[in-house]
Amino acid sequence: MTVMLILIVISFTLAISFLAAFLWAVKNNQYEDTFTPSLRILMDNDKNNEENNDLRINQVN
Amino acid sequence: MAEHSTASSNEYQANLETFYYDNGIVKLFAMATVVWGIAAFLYGVYVAFAIFMPQLNFGSEFLTFGRIRPIHTNAAIFAFVGNGIFMGVYYSLQRLCKTRMFSDMLGKLHFWGWQLIIASAAITFHAGITTGKEYAELEWPIDILIAIVWIIFGLNMFMTILKRRERHLYVAIWFYIASWVTITVLHVVNSMELPYTWLHSYSVYAGVQDALVQWWYGHNAVAFFLTTPYLGLMYYFLPKAANRPVYSYKLSIIHFWSLLFIYIWAGPHHLLYTSLPDWAQSLGTVFSIMLIAPSWGGMLNGLLTLRGAWDKVREDPILKFMVVAVTAYGMATLEGPMLAVKSINALSHYTDWTIAHVHVGVLGWNGFLTFGVLYWLIPKLWNTKLYSKKLANAHFWIGTLGILTYVIPMYIAGVTQGLMWKQFTPEGVLQYPNFLETVTQILPMYMIRATGGTIYLVGACLMVYNLVKTAKQGSFVKNEKDQATPFPFQYIKETGERQHRWLERKPMAMLFVATIVIAIGGAVEIIPMILIKSNVPTIASVKPYTPLELYGRDMYIREGCYTCHSQMVRPFRSETERYREYSKVGEFVYDHPFQWGSKRTGPDLHREGGKYNNSWHYWHMNNPRDISPGSIMPAFPWLLTKEMDIQSVSAKIAAMMTLGVPYPVGYDKVAPQDLKTQAKLIATQLVAEGVTDVKESAEIIALIAYLQRLGTDIKAK
Repeated sequence: MTVMLILIVISFTLAISFLAAFLWAVKNNQYEDTFTPSLRILMDNDKNNEENNDLRINQVN
Repeated sequence: MAEHSTASSNEYQANLETFYYDNGIVKLFAMATVVWGIAAFLYGVYVAFAIFMPQLNFGSEFLTFGRIRPIHTNAAIFAFVGNGIFMGVYYSLQRLCKTRMFSDMLGKLHFWGWQLIIASAAITFHAGITTGKEYAELEWPIDILIAIVWIIFGLNMFMTILKRRERHLYVAIWFYIASWVTITVLHVVNSMELPYTWLHSYSVYAGVQDALVQWWYGHNAVAFFLTTPYLGLMYYFLPKAANRPVYSYKLSIIHFWSLLFIYIWAGPHHLLYTSLPDWAQSLGTVFSIMLIAPSWGGMLNGLLTLRGAWDKVREDPILKFMVVAVTAYGMATLEGPMLAVKSINALSHYTDWTIAHVHVGVLGWNGFLTFGVLYWLIPKLWNTKLYSKKLANAHFWIGTLGILTYVIPMYIAGVTQGLMWKQFTPEGVLQYPNFLETVTQILPMYMIRATGGTIYLVGACLMVYNLVKTAKQGSFVKNEKDQATPFPFQYIKETGERQHRWLERKPMAMLFVATIVIAIGGAVEIIPMILIKSNVPTIASVKPYTPLELYGRDMYIREGCYTCHSQMVRPFRSETERYREYSKVGEFVYDHPFQWGSKRTGPDLHREGGKYNNSWHYWHMNNPRDISPGSIMPAFPWLLTKEMDIQSVSAKIAAMMTLGVPYPVGYDKVAPQDLKTQAKLIATQLVAEGVTDVKESAEIIALIAYLQRLGTDIKAK
């Protein structure tokens, strides 16, 4: 059952990398504000429809 | 953001950058999602009918159940849901990062690469080219292609994240990252295989080790392909569709990290009561139960987002789809841990209960969330309104009816058959010793299920019509304008700033690719080396397969026999009475790959060897109904005439020797001769049993040799 050892090592490595990502996120103040991000994603709604109507004709890249 | 709001409007204007979102790639993936979705449902309906009408293979090996079922499952998971993930990620990631995708070219490569993989999957599965490991059936060249395309996707995604204009990574992005990282590791580890021709290979793992790796992969494919990316989509598209923030952003963060740490350990729950060591089984169960908490955190967060907005749900078909999707997610993630409890699993495993469970997940959670996203997204991309809300509502109700008509009969079938397998008479003998009796009992349920699947497909067809009409009435916005202030830490504001940023990013890209390549290379080197050493047989009487048996085993894999037959007798009295001695871990040490199976549409075959004589198998394969009237197994008459491909035998044996199977040195050279000798013997026996027209070189001989060998190594003398 050597494979178990391998899987455990791989799974732990994954878990540790996730932990590192988590610590980075905390250190990076990603979670300082746990409310406004949920509002911010709502704010880009449809605001450029007028311009996009023109864009369709010009097909800007 | 806070600093900018206090800055004067002039400064703010100066900082503002204009950029364009790439909707072209989203459109491609959206169309692929719809097309492959319909294909996956069609194949599903086909197998649902074929399971009780074996004549539906029209006498063709290419259309037989064992080959079609993997097409259905792979199409549903990797083609339908896969493209759905990419559609959602390419749309939401750009908006969440306030930037265009890193590279249009990588996006295109990703798209066409993925479609090429799907097309090759369809062709190779029809042709019987398969590794025989569930949900990882694709052969090695396609596995390599998957790795390349997946890395292209990852590169594009990570570089987009790096060049973002939004400091905070919204929770959906975390879900995407975790999914990508984990799927990479799972795919590489589970796809370790040794090629012996351009299209065939053997798993480097054998028996119980292969089983553990496979279900570690299989479970996490569900976790990190069907679940976490879709949770990411839920956290973006549900608030967008409802136009209200997620119920608790804090909860979403907590539930993400806890889900991530627990999910990876639950795989062994697919192997309860098998020969897997007991402690590993218990570990799987414990982590599965723990999973309820983070899973329900996600479900509640999704549903509570709609608190106070249920009037909207009544009106809006998009929200209806999403509500049912999230509810189905909650049901499936409660049921899953329950099925991982050993005493429940003893009843449910190998029955249609599992099939019901996964379809609540895929039809309900993945399907309905995808439909909701499509109905929301297509009008957005084409800058118009949905063509018909009424039709979308009709789709919702038809789809819901389809799911119920599918899963309810499957629950009934699963419990009924599970109980019948275990039922003893007061005298202490099996009440239903004939397996077929337990199958014919549930045939009506199979028929209702097929109807349910058809209803679901009809609903999806309404959606296609509705979406096409929507796109036709609007006009596509290929590049969508947006403006944002740059990422705070990019302080260089002079001209030529873009180049600097590119130079900063380049080493990151290099580092990323290098790490992945090194990881894959290392795994390829190390894992087989360690494993071959540990494949020491624990039972002295267990011997490697003869070349003829090995040939037959590869046929067993090719025809997808494992989709309906298990090879794992569990240690229950009801099973040892029916199938004899329970399976021991030492019996599978030469099984590359393992063939334990996960469903018993037909009986377990681990102790099949010696149960019937050769001619029984001969006529049974020719037409099962000649031997057991009422059987639903497809007929395989072509095996009686098809010639064996003796050319490949040396390569097969040589590959097995490389994997550590102890054939004598140089045996690969004499193997073809041994094969012919044994084939002659079996052909002679068949003639002696009264079979006329026996062809010594026909494939059926090899299959009989394999079936007669199964489980005989440790038979009491």
